[in-house]
This record gives sequence, C-alpha cells and structure tokens, in this order.
Amino acid sequence: MPERKSYKITHYRKWCKNCGICVAVCPKKVYEIDRNDRHAIVHPQDCIGCQMCVDHCPDFALTVEEVKDE
Amino acid sequence: MNEHVVLMQGNEAVAEGAIAAGVRFYAGYPITPSSEIAEIMARRMPEVGGVFLQMEDEIASIMAIIGASLAGKKVLTATSGPGFSLMQEGLGYACMVEAPIVLLESMRYGPSTGMPTKVSQMDLMQSRWGTHGDHWIIVLSPASVEESYRLTIRAVNLAEKYRNPVIVLSDETISHLREPIDVSVSPTLTDRKLPVEKSGYLPYRTDISLVPAIANIGTGFHTSFTGLVHGESGFQTANGHVAEALVERLRDKLFNNLDDIIQFETDRVEDAEILFVSFGITARGVSETVETLRSRGRKAGALRLVTLFPFDDDRIRQAAGSARTIIVPELNSGQLVLLIKRVFGDSRKVVPMNKINGDLISPQDILDFLQEENL
Amino acid sequence: MRLDFLRSERLPNIWCPGCGNGIVLRALLEAISQLQLDPDKVVLVSGIGCSSRAPAYTAFDNVHTLHGRAIPTATGIKLANPDLSVIVLTGDGDCSAIGGNHLIHAARRDVDITVVVFNNYNYGMTGGQASPLTPAASITTTTPSGNMDRPFDLVNLATGAGATYVARSGIYFTKHLVDHLRKAISHRGFSLVDAVAQCPTYYGRFNRKGSAGQMITSQKDWMVLKNVADKKNPEELAGKVVIGEFVNIIGARQADIDAAKEQS
Repeated sequence: MPERKSYKITHYRKWCKNCGICVAVCPKKVYEIDRNDRHAIVHPQDCIGCQMCVDHCPDFALTVEEVKDE
Repeated sequence: MNEHVVLMQGNEAVAEGAIAAGVRFYAGYPITPSSEIAEIMARRMPEVGGVFLQMEDEIASIMAIIGASLAGKKVLTATSGPGFSLMQEGLGYACMVEAPIVLLESMRYGPSTGMPTKVSQMDLMQSRWGTHGDHWIIVLSPASVEESYRLTIRAVNLAEKYRNPVIVLSDETISHLREPIDVSVSPTLTDRKLPVEKSGYLPYRTDISLVPAIANIGTGFHTSFTGLVHGESGFQTANGHVAEALVERLRDKLFNNLDDIIQFETDRVEDAEILFVSFGITARGVSETVETLRSRGRKAGALRLVTLFPFDDDRIRQAAGSARTIIVPELNSGQLVLLIKRVFGDSRKVVPMNKINGDLISPQDILDFLQEENL
Repeated sequence: MRLDFLRSERLPNIWCPGCGNGIVLRALLEAISQLQLDPDKVVLVSGIGCSSRAPAYTAFDNVHTLHGRAIPTATGIKLANPDLSVIVLTGDGDCSAIGGNHLIHAARRDVDITVVVFNNYNYGMTGGQASPLTPAASITTTTPSGNMDRPFDLVNLATGAGATYVARSGIYFTKHLVDHLRKAISHRGFSLVDAVAQCPTYYGRFNRKGSAGQMITSQKDWMVLKNVADKKNPEELAGKVVIGEFVNIIGARQADIDAAKEQS
C-alpha cells in the first residue's frame, strides 16, 4: 500500500467570513464552524487534497498544498 | 475659387472634421437631423482604417465610444434631442472616468419627439445640465458649415487635452445647410497624455494640470475605471474628502484653463448702445441686423458665444462692453438669457427675444421686435 | 489559479458570507490561468450590482460601467483593440433586464466577447428584488406573495438571439464551470456562460433554501448534466436546471461576411 500523502491547509483568517461552505463541501469533515460561529480546522490529518474547499471558497481564504518529504 | 474649397453639408463637415482630427471610431443610432453623420461615417471609417458601429440605441452608442476611447481611440457619436436624452447617463460616466469623447448634438424642436425636421435651440441647458450630479462639460456652438468642421476638430483636441467629454451643439439648420468650405489646411492635433512609468502607477494621480495621465486599456498598466467616486488608484471609495477633491478637480481642470477653452466673437461692441448676445444659427440673423441698424445710425453690436460652456461671467461682462440694452435672441423660451441676466443683474436692461414656432429668427424679426418693444 | 491575478490588497471582498460570486470569480481566474492568457491583454468589464464588483478584485484592466451597460462598453473596447480578450462580468438583472437589449444585440452581431452571468436569481445589492431570472412563485422583496412572472431561460434567450457559444453551469460543479468558461473565452464570436450562483442573504433566506453550504450542495439535486437530460422526458426534468454546452458554432458568420464582401 502506497504511503498516504499529507497536505498543508492554509487559512487566511482576514479574508474568511465563516460562511461554512468548506464544511459543507469537504468529503472528510476536516472543517467545522465552532461554537463561536468561527471557521475551524478540526481534522487536518484527514485531508485528501481534493481541493473542494479551495475551489468553493468564495473569499479566496483557503489553500491546500501537498507536503513533500525532503 | 480655390480647388480645396468644397461644398459641404453641415453634417458632412462634422464627419470630415472628425476624421481630420483623428477620429477612428464612430458608434451611433439613426435620428433626424443627424443621421447623415452615421451614413457618412459608415462609408468613411473603413476608408481611413477606422471602425463604424450602428448600435441598438443611443445608450449603447455612447457606451461603445467610451469603451473605444478608454482603449485609445479618438471617438465620435452624433445624435439629436431624444437620443441626447438617452445619452445623458453615459455622458456623466464619461465625465467621471475622464474619457475623452466628442458628441455632436443637432438640436431639433422639442420637447419629446417634437418636430424632428424643425430647428430649435431648446437643448442649451440640457447640454450643460442634462446628466445628474455636479459635473463639468465643454460645449461648442458652430454657426456655419465651415465652423462645424473647425469646431469638431477643436472638440476632439479639447477632449484629448482635458480628458473630458466635449459636445458640439449644432442645430437642424446648420446640419442640413450646404456652404463652401476650405479643407486644405491640415489641423494641429492634440493627443492625450499617457503614463510612462509602470511602477507606482496611479491612474488618477495628477500634476499641476489636474488632468490625469491614464493608460489606454491593454497597454499593461492594469487600470481600474469606475463611475463611483474614486481616489488616485481608480478604485471606489465612500470617503467624503476624496469625493470633494475629485469633484473639485473635475471642475478646476477646466476652470484653470478658461483662456484656452473659451472663445467668442464680437462685432462693434466698443461703442455699442444696444448689444445682441446669441449663439449658433441665431447669430447669423443678428449679424445682418447689426449691419442694418448701423446703416440707420444706431450703435448696435453683437457678442456671439462660440464656447457655450464653461460659462464665465467675468469674461462675458468684459466682452459685452457698456451697452445699456442687451438683447438675447434664441430659439427657445429663454435659456441663454438666464445666464446673461445672472452676469448683469440689474445693471443693464437684459431683454429676452424668443421664437418657438420651429422657424429661424430672421433679421426682420429682430427689427420688428425692436420696434414693438420700443428698443 | 494564478494568485497574482488577484488584487489581494482589495480583499476581503464586499460580498456577504456564502455569496456565490467569489466562486464564479475564482473559476474565471482559473480558466484564464489555464488558457495562459497574457494578463496585459485581458480586460474585465462590468455593470452595476454585486457581481459587477468582481473585476476590481483582479489585477487586469477593469472597467466598472453603468447598470446594464457593460456589453456595449465591451463592444467598443473589443473593436478598438481586437487583440484583447474582453470579458463581461454581469448579474442576472444587469444583463437580462436593464441590459437586455444590449445582450441580444451583441449576440446578434456575434461580437467576439465573453459574457459571464453571475446568476443568483435576484438583485442582491439593492436588497433582494425580483429579476427577470427569478423563478416563478419565488418570494423576493418585490414579489412578497410569490413571483407571478415567468423567468427568461437565459440559454434560450442567447441562443435565439444568435450567440455562437452558450453554456450553463453551477457553482457546485466548479471543474465543469471552469471548463465551460475556458471554452467560452477561447471561442471566436459571442459567448455566454450562465453561471448559476447563490444569494443566501436574500433569495436563499426568503425562499427557505437553507444555509450557504446547503444551498451550494443542493445544486447536485436540482441540476442535471445536458447529456443525461437529453435522454429524459420533460416530466422527469420538471424543476431541474440543465447544465452543459448548448451552442458551439464555429465560423458561423463567415458566409454572411463573404456575401457582404461580394455585394461591395
């Protein structure tokens, strides 16, 4: 079994409006809107790099990059 | 006769003047009495490597020339009253983004569709205040076919120099009049100032001229244009100080240059006791009237406004001499006379003379008026 | 997406949380990136409305015009400088109501511009009034007891007016949207993409469409791919919106142009 790839999620808090679209489109439940109605990355290790959150973020507030081993 | 003297219609003189001035983009919509300009441009633009577009209405026409102007072309559209009404929103936009455009308006009888083939001067105030909001505009008024040619060239040059809309306010009679004109002199042309340095480029930053050097679209400067109030960057703001500074600059870029922009003609004003102030086609009847009155021993004079707007009270006061009686003949119910009364207050007797039946004011009309009014 | 196509100093954008406009804008920038267009030769032209603010968030030449007037302005720009890729970003009201006349005539002329309609079924900027694309029976602030008018089908409207490239997509299907934007921009002639977006603040709230996340994922339920829809009967397609490419005619005008040249 090939080694599982890992991904780095960058969240631009200044541009994010906590709309929850990333929560709705992520197939792995990486994100949540927390008790304070704020965007939160809760399970980053589950990210499969599908870019659904990036492509659907209306505020350009997310990037997801593959972590390459040196 | 000089071989360069040709017989031309007023509308043709506008079209040829525009081409001589470098206009290479025309968009318009048919309307009496300016349609010939579109017809001529449909033939002439391809001949000179330009673009002719018949748009779906006057709103689209003015927006198309604004787009072409922002992309670097010298541009013209032509219309008449009802179409001019539709163009007003585009005219305000052109003032705000500082798009150099030239608009020929041939005045016909109004309001509404009025009498399409009859002359009037009823759109004078619309040419100044037709679009909403505080704005400043240059309006030139030809009184002959030859002047239609010359003032159209001047309009293109002024538009480029000040990055401002310029209206050539003609009328049905001059549009359709045929007169000999000399087209041999190649005109001096003015081109808009363009930016050089891309780094730190701010499209609406100005020097002492107050006229911004805005890059043409597609030249790598990545300019932002908006009809919303904007700062030097070209981006929208709701900052009241920026708004005030912008509207003041739009005024001052013209009002600091009134010597360059304002033209008028005087005829024996110096010793005149009775002075006629007029513009456009009406000034021609006035000229003959002044001759007649002088031959009868009356000290008559005339002031003809070639630049209608900007309107400068001081310059009018100085040009008007000391005549005690000032008569303002015009083909409307009294529009220019409002400005002339503002200039002179109660210091002179300012008398309106109006004709609103669709005919011109003849010299005999003026003589009859003087008699009736005991002037 | 090339991040340098964003004017990041202008962000965050003015749009409400969950607005679909940013998703359409991102798809557009992705399409332009994939096409490797020279950013000096791209100009974005818009009218008035929420979506018309989109060009100002990009690093291209951008022209924010008047309500409904983006298309004639874009026509002037394109004909003044045919080397430019001229793209109109407009809303449903901007392009089909106040700008409807310009839309059909640009399609008729087959002028080589691309119109991207950010279609959120209402006028967002002014508070959620009905537009010509608001579905029948919908609640808006100007149809408080339900919209009694039928909406335009924008795809049919553009097709009937002579557009030579017409597609529709939705913001859930971002790859589909990018693909069709790319094809529209590279099409020579008038192209239109009806990009079905969302307005959770007004249209969504008034019509109980749920959260922004629920609205966007629901597109899976009420949108049908054209090749699937083609095999279904009208009853099965009731209440569905078909997405895909509807018109793609290459060289449509050449015969007319040749005939005109023959005349002269």
